[in-house]
Amino acid sequence: MSTKLELLGQNLQKHLGERIAGLRTALGEISIDVDAAVYMEAMLKLRDEPELRFEQLIDLCGVDYSAYGDGRWKGKRFAVVTHLTSVTHNWRLRVRCFAPDDDFPAVPSIVSVWNSANWFEREAFDLFGIVFPGHADLRRLLCDYGFVGHPFRKDFPVSGYVEMRYDPEQKRVVYQPVSIEPREITPRTVREENYGNVENA
Amino acid sequence: MPDIQNYTLNFGPQHPAAHGVLRLVLELDGEVVTRADPHIGMLHRGTEKLVETKTWVQALPYMDRLDYMSMMCSEHAYCLAVERMLGIEAPVRAQYIRVMFDEITRLLSHLLFIGSHGLDVGAMSMMLYAVREREDLVDCYEAVSGTRWHAAYYRPGGVYRDLPDSMPQYKESKWKNGARLKQLNEARSGSFLDFLQDFVSRFPKIVDDYETLLTDNRIWKQRLVDVGVVSPERALQLGCTGVMLRGSGFAWDLRKKQPYAVYDRLDFDIPVGATGDCYDRYLVRINEMRQSNRIIQQCIDWLRANPGPVICDNYKVAPPPRAGMKSNMEALIHHFKLCSEGIHVPEGEVYSAVENPKGEFGVYVVSDGANKPYRLKIRSGAYAHLAAIDELVRGHMIADVVAIIGNIDIIFGEIDR
Repeated sequence: MSTKLELLGQNLQKHLGERIAGLRTALGEISIDVDAAVYMEAMLKLRDEPELRFEQLIDLCGVDYSAYGDGRWKGKRFAVVTHLTSVTHNWRLRVRCFAPDDDFPAVPSIVSVWNSANWFEREAFDLFGIVFPGHADLRRLLCDYGFVGHPFRKDFPVSGYVEMRYDPEQKRVVYQPVSIEPREITPRTVREENYGNVENA
Repeated sequence: MPDIQNYTLNFGPQHPAAHGVLRLVLELDGEVVTRADPHIGMLHRGTEKLVETKTWVQALPYMDRLDYMSMMCSEHAYCLAVERMLGIEAPVRAQYIRVMFDEITRLLSHLLFIGSHGLDVGAMSMMLYAVREREDLVDCYEAVSGTRWHAAYYRPGGVYRDLPDSMPQYKESKWKNGARLKQLNEARSGSFLDFLQDFVSRFPKIVDDYETLLTDNRIWKQRLVDVGVVSPERALQLGCTGVMLRGSGFAWDLRKKQPYAVYDRLDFDIPVGATGDCYDRYLVRINEMRQSNRIIQQCIDWLRANPGPVICDNYKVAPPPRAGMKSNMEALIHHFKLCSEGIHVPEGEVYSAVENPKGEFGVYVVSDGANKPYRLKIRSGAYAHLAAIDELVRGHMIADVVAIIGNIDIIFGEIDR
């Protein structure tokens, strides 16, 4: 398996070269970072180059890094992460592309490269507010028809802002501010390295 | 002659053939579909957001509720992801148990497929037969986990407990008594593995029965052959996985190509279709049931011969044995830390995929070193397949829409998440 990963790494270097902003190999997987400016051509190379041949886009999702490591994160806030698979070579690749602007995150759409990106991009737009220029039909997908906001952003509360109930007087469904209070039973903790390691304290 | 225009039909979300809560806006030209626009999200629970506020183990039961017809396969993907990040491996016996239950789950899912698909297409009796067999399999679920669906049986590091030595028996009642009761309890008199063995020996004959009912059935073939054809190139473009990809002629099965757990030690075949239509996908699923049965048989034989631990002994991941906690200070502390704070998963990211009955089910996890996932993305096969439905149903009749939806085997729990 590891020789296969090495081969994939070499092929990536050979065909993408400077378009790779960062390459990491961890846990038996290769991830590359690509700038938004060269995202499209890099993706086309990944699909069409016979030595890479990623015919399938398995997954595409947004990630909001703003709360990463309780504020340790210094880079851009939004990233689009894609997982590619090659049926020919039987290998996988993760491509991460950060949106250049934090306030108006936008990453080029790759629907024309892999048609399966259609719904994945709609979902990332819906949940993270990442815009995909070039997408022909960027509507909300999972959230309600009149939903306001992008719920998977880290600053969006888990309980949301509005709740819905039937109002017997108006004889219709009404929205009102949420009445539940968010509670956290197990607090989120990030431990320093070597925590609890008595021998090397 | 009056001017006939295209009109739009709203299919679902409360429609028995919509397999859950699918709202499909169909644009029709007479009875021919010119465009299909699925509206999903009616079952969106925000699983991925919710697990960001749960510890790594608390997040596990959410996986059952994704694809609620193949529960343990989803758990498997999640557990593999966490285990890979932690750098641990489940004991071999646990891996065999997982594989066995993955295949039981595949049978459950494919049986439901054949039942509900039959129902959609007009073969009412299939549902009744399929549910009869599913009953035995959900009893297996119940025997190991206490629940019939949402098992939460796999844990990071292994499985919750070993297979039981006895099966619960039917009690005498107004409906079950005398010779019938005795007959029902006969298979349940031994251990769990005896019960499963009894099922596995019966099952090939049962699949034969299904095939006599359907495979050469004239109506069945008229409804399925050449309906919803996916060419190999389009299957790749549309992100089809699992049976959708195999039906189009690719021998692509993660259990063989990128084996996880102990699949590389087991002997089974990958059924492949030729034309990529609904009928081929039906045949592939029928064949997969036979293969699953073979795998379960091999697992039973191995598990009978090889007792051993079923969860790893790393007490930072899995709780120490109950007896140890009563007498051992360290075990007590480990247990307290695990239950109050949970596992800490090292910083990093991982994508782990398993061959779910409905396609590739993947879990992409980002951890920042906390006791909770930072981001968890669930990739489900049915999501990509439903996205492709516009292309599949175009030019077909309305009745074929029902056949195609039933055939791509979608479950809304994993589409809406």
